[in-house]
Amino acid sequence: MDQHFARTDMLPPQAPPITERGAVKWLRENLFSTPFNIALTVFGAAVIYYLVSSSLPWWLNSVWNANSLGECRDIVTASAGEGATGACWAMIRQWWGAFIFGFYPPDLWWRPIIAFGLLFAALSPVLFSGQKRKLTALLAVVAAFLLLTLYLTSAPMPAFILLMVFIAGFAAVAQVQPGKLIWFTLIYPALCFWLLWGGSIWTPIVAMAGFGVLYVVFRLASPLIGLSPAAGAGVLAAVLWWLYLEAPVVSALQSVLPFGLQSINSDQFGGFLLAIVIGVTGISFSLPIGVLLALGRQSDMLIVKTLSVGFIEFVRGVPLITLLFTASLLLQYFLPPGTNFDIILRVIILVTFFAAAYLAEVIRGGLAALPRGQYEAADALGLDYWRAQRLIILPQALKISIPAIVSTFIGLFKDTTLVSFVGLMDPLRGVTQIVRADINWKGIYWEPYIFVGAIFFLICFGMSRYSMYLEQKLKTDHR
Amino acid sequence: MAMATDVPKDGFRLSMLVYDTRYRSYTIQIVVLVLFAMAVAWLLNNTVQNLEARGKEFNFGFLWQRAGYDIGQQLVPYTNDDNHFRALLVGLANTLVVAFFGCIFATVLGVVVGVLRLSSNWLVGRLMTVYVEIFRNVPLLLWILLTYVILSEITPQPRDFRLTDEMAAAGEAPAASMMFFDSVAVTNRGTNIPAPLFERGLGSVELGGLSLNLTFLAIVAVVAGSVFVNRRILASARAMQEATGDRPATWWKSLLVLFAPVLVLLVAMGFHLEVPTLQGFNFQGGMLVAHPFTAMVVALSLYTAAFIAEIVRAGIQAISRGQSEAAFALGLRPGRTMNLIILPQALRVIIPPLISQYLNLTKNTSLGIAVSYLDLRGTLGGITLNQTGRELECMLLMMLIYLSISLSISAVMNMYNSSVQLKAR
Repeated sequence: MDQHFARTDMLPPQAPPITERGAVKWLRENLFSTPFNIALTVFGAAVIYYLVSSSLPWWLNSVWNANSLGECRDIVTASAGEGATGACWAMIRQWWGAFIFGFYPPDLWWRPIIAFGLLFAALSPVLFSGQKRKLTALLAVVAAFLLLTLYLTSAPMPAFILLMVFIAGFAAVAQVQPGKLIWFTLIYPALCFWLLWGGSIWTPIVAMAGFGVLYVVFRLASPLIGLSPAAGAGVLAAVLWWLYLEAPVVSALQSVLPFGLQSINSDQFGGFLLAIVIGVTGISFSLPIGVLLALGRQSDMLIVKTLSVGFIEFVRGVPLITLLFTASLLLQYFLPPGTNFDIILRVIILVTFFAAAYLAEVIRGGLAALPRGQYEAADALGLDYWRAQRLIILPQALKISIPAIVSTFIGLFKDTTLVSFVGLMDPLRGVTQIVRADINWKGIYWEPYIFVGAIFFLICFGMSRYSMYLEQKLKTDHR
Repeated sequence: MAMATDVPKDGFRLSMLVYDTRYRSYTIQIVVLVLFAMAVAWLLNNTVQNLEARGKEFNFGFLWQRAGYDIGQQLVPYTNDDNHFRALLVGLANTLVVAFFGCIFATVLGVVVGVLRLSSNWLVGRLMTVYVEIFRNVPLLLWILLTYVILSEITPQPRDFRLTDEMAAAGEAPAASMMFFDSVAVTNRGTNIPAPLFERGLGSVELGGLSLNLTFLAIVAVVAGSVFVNRRILASARAMQEATGDRPATWWKSLLVLFAPVLVLLVAMGFHLEVPTLQGFNFQGGMLVAHPFTAMVVALSLYTAAFIAEIVRAGIQAISRGQSEAAFALGLRPGRTMNLIILPQALRVIIPPLISQYLNLTKNTSLGIAVSYLDLRGTLGGITLNQTGRELECMLLMMLIYLSISLSISAVMNMYNSSVQLKAR
């Protein structure tokens, strides 16, 4: 008889015990693993319960249609009973224009909207260089956004059509020669300035022509006197152009070919328009200045180094508010008598310097983190200082410091709210104060702060997520 | 970057100033120096001209004129008859006290949040992430304004705390009640907290216009002495451990040395807390903490704690897993692993960014102007500036003071930092 006690076929695997699989396992591991953990879970659940139970009715009883806070409260009482609380978003409905645009004339809102949309078109070659699909997707979003918002703000037809033609052309160039798009990025500042402040179209064109003068002088002079003196001569020529020739040329051109937009005063700017204007300008100009300051601080030249260190430490040592007050109170002492230039411009300059000093420290960290060998390798290849920095050192140093650079940018954008202290109408203190002083909305506080805070959160959080994406994209190490 | 230079040829030509790397750096530096000097001279010249045109002069004599305005919160005794310099001192003290409390609360909260973010508890980890992201990505000014508005508009009036006879008869409770065993009352006028009082205090001495509180000094001296003695006890215990391998029990000695002398001193001076009580329509006794101060401390600590939490988390995560595994392999318990292996290394990563957060917090106290908190910015750079019209002097002085605060904080913290850094041999 053939007897054997060994099993010849495999048993089917049994399901793990109930505590070791599925939701129960996850709960045991993540919420109830130790007594301390259980206490933490109970604590967390209590916090969430408290927050939700105290604010949920308020959110649910939101009122969107009312003309005053009192009316809102009556509606809430009527619908939810005595003693119920409810959010009064009707305030936003009435005041959103001021929160976004300040006192910018409503029939001209299409101008900041176009400037904002084109900002992304101008940024696209920088943000997504060489990625046609992402670039096209971004352009599509920009076009859709502009179509919708311009329709809603009833922009004039010619501007509408010109813009659509431009976007189509931009998209076409993006398909054929994406490298050329950077030219739009370069002229965008002048375009944006003209759209926002208006005035003669010749002002930005002639100002940009200053760079043309610089380039021409540089090209003509460099065979004769060498590269660096030619660059100096070019800068000198451009400065002379801006100081002495710009105004007469503009007025001459304007008398020949008068074309311009209605000009807008700086005190009409406000809300998020102001925050974004200051933030974006500050961000784009502080990065190059910050790089130069960081290089100056790392330099072997004693005087350059001392000046850079002095500037960086001074600016980092004082609060931004004092610098803003310098812009509003002290610049009138430091500039030639009778000079008076725009307060927004003054604030932008000071904010840019402030951010540049912080960026310089961040970038210096990146420079210091590079292995010494990279510098030596660049020297060994025979590269001169600027080539070594541009080709070897800075690309790596900037890549290392991306997270810190972006958090400096986020800080700068948040700090734009401080301009309210020098009389500009930022969304937080300027506009909200006006709303809270309005007789209809006296005593409202959660709603405006939540609204403004949410927009700031979206922008800043978006920037930090983009920096994470960039970090991943540029990651080249194999660890 | 120095480049390899060619063999010098005969003689010196002017073009070598630009093209020869041996001389070029001098040329650049001289050009920069001349440009800088020209800029400074231009600015000074403009300033002199502008001052002349406005009929003003540059001196700080106005600091000794009568200030003539009141300051709500004063740590240095001050009346509106005092001069602007004393107002400046009051403002400076207000700045420093907000910065001090803000740093302490922000550190405690930040460390707790940072550690909890790393905890294995999913719920608490997510909660802390939400806290950090919300507070980091919204401007500080919003938190200050919101806290202040909530404190001054939602909180009850003092009379809401009253229990009238009719209400008692009807068995009703008053509309508002005090917190923490009837010792703290938050009203729309301020926060009433218990005040520490001494029946047999040591009084104070006048010293050059400032009065020194001897009671306070005595307590500080006794605490410092206790800490010093405690360190001696620990040092001798360590010496004995290294000599014999046995560590004597020190915990009861430490407890005794640290707490007994202070307690004895407090009892001897008749220490007690004076609890605020409702009398008539307002609270009497105790201390009234004004809302601007509370709003500043709360908002600054909540905001900065979010940043500190990130720093702490990054610091702990920077320590490689092998370190704690090695410690466990050596047989160290989890607590000792944390104390002896993880923390000393993590601190090295944490301290430098923590310093810059403290600096940021100190500089951010200047936002107190948003809630009319009269700090340095509010007194010297606000009312004094407006009253005397001395923009240049006030702003320069204010920047100088902020700069010296920043530089001294970073100097102190850098000293601490270098003491915990790895000693490179």
